[in-house]
Amino acid sequence: MAPGQISFMTNHGKAIPVLTIITILIAIWYACVVWMNAPFERDKAERISKPAPTLSQLIPATMAQERPVLPAPHQVVIEIWKTTGAMVQKGRPFSKRSLIYHSWVTLSATLLGFLIGTALGIMLAVGIVHNRAMDKSVMPWVITSQTIPILAIAPMIIVVLNAVGISGLLPKALISTYLSFFPVVVGMVKGLRSPDAAQLDLMHTYSASRAQTFWKLRWPASMPYLFTSLKIAIAISLVGAIVGELPTGAVAGLGARMLAGSYYGQTIQIWSALITASALAAVLVMIVGFAHTLVLKRMGEEPA
Amino acid sequence: MTLVVAAIAFWLTAWWVNQRLVSIDTGLNTSLRRLINLAVPFIFGVTIFVVWELVVRGLNVPTVLLPPPTMIGARIAASTATLWADFQQTFLKAVLAGYVLGCGSGFVVALLVDRSPFLQKGLLPLGNFVSALPIIGVAPIMVMWFGFDWQSKAAVVVIMTFFPMLVNTVQGLAAASSMELDLMRTYAGSWWQTLLKLRLPAAAPFIFNALKINSTLALIGAIVAEFFGTPIVGMGFRISTEVGRMNVDMVWAEIAVAALAGSVFYGAIALIERFITFWHPSVRSGRA
Repeated sequence: MAPGQISFMTNHGKAIPVLTIITILIAIWYACVVWMNAPFERDKAERISKPAPTLSQLIPATMAQERPVLPAPHQVVIEIWKTTGAMVQKGRPFSKRSLIYHSWVTLSATLLGFLIGTALGIMLAVGIVHNRAMDKSVMPWVITSQTIPILAIAPMIIVVLNAVGISGLLPKALISTYLSFFPVVVGMVKGLRSPDAAQLDLMHTYSASRAQTFWKLRWPASMPYLFTSLKIAIAISLVGAIVGELPTGAVAGLGARMLAGSYYGQTIQIWSALITASALAAVLVMIVGFAHTLVLKRMGEEPA
Repeated sequence: MTLVVAAIAFWLTAWWVNQRLVSIDTGLNTSLRRLINLAVPFIFGVTIFVVWELVVRGLNVPTVLLPPPTMIGARIAASTATLWADFQQTFLKAVLAGYVLGCGSGFVVALLVDRSPFLQKGLLPLGNFVSALPIIGVAPIMVMWFGFDWQSKAAVVVIMTFFPMLVNTVQGLAAASSMELDLMRTYAGSWWQTLLKLRLPAAAPFIFNALKINSTLALIGAIVAEFFGTPIVGMGFRISTEVGRMNVDMVWAEIAVAALAGSVFYGAIALIERFITFWHPSVRSGRA
């Protein structure tokens, strides 16, 4: 969906500007907390006919509400700690109230979908590169398939597969698969075609077979493209898994936590699920980026 | 069983036809080549539909699982009024409003950031990072803040489309080479003149890339946001309720409308791109 988007792994001398902006954003966040939660506090004071709170009373009050319109960052951090670290200390890291448990549910669907999607994407790309008919006929439909808002079909796939008795991991993983195969196909087709004519001619003069050309030239040449696509694919798989959890009636997973939070107005819960999901996405992309550097190093190339 | 055999036969025939079509040597006959380039994916698409129809009927797949395309077509024809109302609510209101606001503000912020290298250095990695996040998760929050109607969906779309636009525009504005910038300097071109005559045109391919990415993101954002609460109209609402009632043909009809809207939206932007960035190598080679 978003080819060529993710390149935040290369941060040379950007730490100070990035940290400055993050600080500014957190400051804006706190300002918004006061501004958005203040009406509730004023209402409360009015209802029990107390004088309107002064600013010094108002500001701490807006940051300690139970169901704030916008929770303060520290409230979210405390909630995340309560549902992860504190759970581990109590020795129940996988209880149903623990975000670790919900993250694991989402993560397993993400990874399964990502693996299937990557395998499928690579196979399609190999077919497209080696067969002209497939190139001309499949490629336009691969692109069209992504203009379909696939996430919209997600609930139906889940419910329908549930109805025929397939439930649990696989339906969610299928949505992740569908979302992640596209960047892999596009990237791999580009990558497998990246060797230039001189290199292909060289393989020809060695009288290399198609398989040999593939394994010794095309496949290694496609690695940078593959990993760039994989970063996008894993991020998008996570989105697929989260949305896949919405229609199952908020049973388990980060998406379910968000839905349950929105049913009961538990804003802090929604935000903590959201932040956890973001952290998960960041870690996953970083792992792929790390694998990228590792593979390129072993191939004797300077990582881009 | 005969239907399944027919499906396989149809598949093989279509495949054979396509193989023959692509191996025709068109030489310099560009119109023939263009015709073949259109016919091959078309035949492939028709094949998918025919095989889908025949296999579903041949194997007696329950319609709850996968209705045949003709049934979906009949449903679309029978309920155009509902589909149109949903389309209006989701696409014409939420998606378009959010898309214009999100892309517009992303573009404006990129122009502002452009004047400060410090902000640029700080925002670009962050923007890239945010693009990888499951932003769709803000949907329940937006529904709480902006209510059930289309405004909350537009807000989700704004947030989803903002960052790709910001990142791509900032990158695009840096695309003009120092040689060209020096030329503008020797002409004593002001910042605005340089922007309008050199840097924006140079950034156009990047901006259109973002517009295309955003066209699909916007539709997804609006539909998923409707799962979190909506008035009783809208494509996301229809999909989630009809799934509950096991009216799968209606769901597929809605998906067909969404797919059509998404493709037309994407296609329209791609056409505008061709018109505006006619000088770009990718467009020129595409036309040859």
